[in-house]
Amino acid sequence: MIALTPQLLARLAALGIGGVIVQTAAVSQLPIAGANADLSPLLVMAVGLLCGSLAGACFGFGVGLFVDVVSLQTLGVSSLVLLGVGYGAGRIREARDPEGSLVPLAVGALATFAFAVGFAVMQFLLGVDAPVSWALVRQTLATLIVNTLLAIPLYALVRRSLQATLPEDPRRRRRRAYTTGGLSPLSRGVDLR
Amino acid sequence: MYDKTVRRRRAVLLLLVACSLILLTAYFGESGGGALHGVQRGTSAVLSPVQEGASRALKPVRDLFGWFGDTLAAKGQVKELRAERDRLRTEALRREALERDNKRLSDMLELNGALGLEAMAPRTGRVIFQSPTVWYATIRVDKGSDDGVRVGHPVINEEALIGRVTQVFGGSAQVTLITDTTMKVPARAGPRGIFGVVEPASAGNPNDLIMRFAPPGARLSPGDRVLTRGTEPEDRRRSLYPPGLPIGRITHIVNEGTDTQEIHLRPFANMRSLDFVQILTRPRGGGE
Repeated sequence: MIALTPQLLARLAALGIGGVIVQTAAVSQLPIAGANADLSPLLVMAVGLLCGSLAGACFGFGVGLFVDVVSLQTLGVSSLVLLGVGYGAGRIREARDPEGSLVPLAVGALATFAFAVGFAVMQFLLGVDAPVSWALVRQTLATLIVNTLLAIPLYALVRRSLQATLPEDPRRRRRRAYTTGGLSPLSRGVDLR
Repeated sequence: MYDKTVRRRRAVLLLLVACSLILLTAYFGESGGGALHGVQRGTSAVLSPVQEGASRALKPVRDLFGWFGDTLAAKGQVKELRAERDRLRTEALRREALERDNKRLSDMLELNGALGLEAMAPRTGRVIFQSPTVWYATIRVDKGSDDGVRVGHPVINEEALIGRVTQVFGGSAQVTLITDTTMKVPARAGPRGIFGVVEPASAGNPNDLIMRFAPPGARLSPGDRVLTRGTEPEDRRRSLYPPGLPIGRITHIVNEGTDTQEIHLRPFANMRSLDFVQILTRPRGGGE
């Protein structure tokens, strides 16, 4: 598990606040194919994948709370859903340690889908009595597609902004371990005596 | 060591979930003037200038995206003019944005003249924020209590009624659009002025409103205009929405002539493209 150093916390806070402000001031006002991109689940997914489940959950909670405060929405809804997204992304990293370059794309799509469904379920639990329209389903799908396309560049951006404060990149660690023989299959399980 | 890590992780997760649920319960249970609402309003008031600055700073980016959309639509022409486009891109971007703003402001003035809204002291504001989720149809404008804006004031754009003010801060105000599921607008429709109440047909659809409580014998047809009624349906008090503001046009009627008839209308205003709006700060024309 990655330790949450003050430098990392500061960068995460700046990332969260900056991300939400950019989302509300610009991205929300840019309709793409009839929908808007939603950066918050992608940001939380990226932090979860890079920093683990604990940091992902805390970051998701913080970003969600900030989104709810800024948007004057019901407090606690986005934070509850996004902390689940961050925790889930972090657990994927911890349990699977995925290496493929398309992992952020898949996890980004999953995170967006989970956020959309979770948010909708919360709205219904809170008593929205209006029927769900096809337009809403269409917009949710369009957001899912746009977010999936944005997942890889946003992940790269988050990784770049956090890289200096992260202890070590799992891929670099694995590569180094291989080159020094630590994890090489040739040096494990073969007893020549 | 591993067990300790897992325990710590689960404890933090449970703590965060509990915090979220407590926040949610407390927020949902308290009144609009409660502590959490106060904190939210305070934070929003502090962040409004930041959002406004960011919105202005990022406007060229938005315009750039809009420009790309237009470019894709006119691909054939763009091919021929590509060389010239490169040279004029920066200038065209700036000019297009200014022209669009100018057109919208001119249209607003025309609407004001046509509907006699000058007496209602309209305040023109720029949209600085739009809700990122389709579940909340809200925008924030850069006019607030310092400009005489109060909760309940109706809001129009250059085309029609778009909503009403639901939260006010010093320099900004939150506007809930008529497509939000919480909104209901007393209205009249058609040449005979049939009364009804306009509300969203479904969540997340900005192009479909529904007019309820119109009598089954109302002879309405697609194409009829729907305007604000000016009085509350229950007690005929004067509504905060002045009479005669355009809302939309009837598109189709389901179960026509029955008690369950549904009169669907499409709003005149494009809720997805709001740059400038006007807040009617004296909706009753007097000293509101």
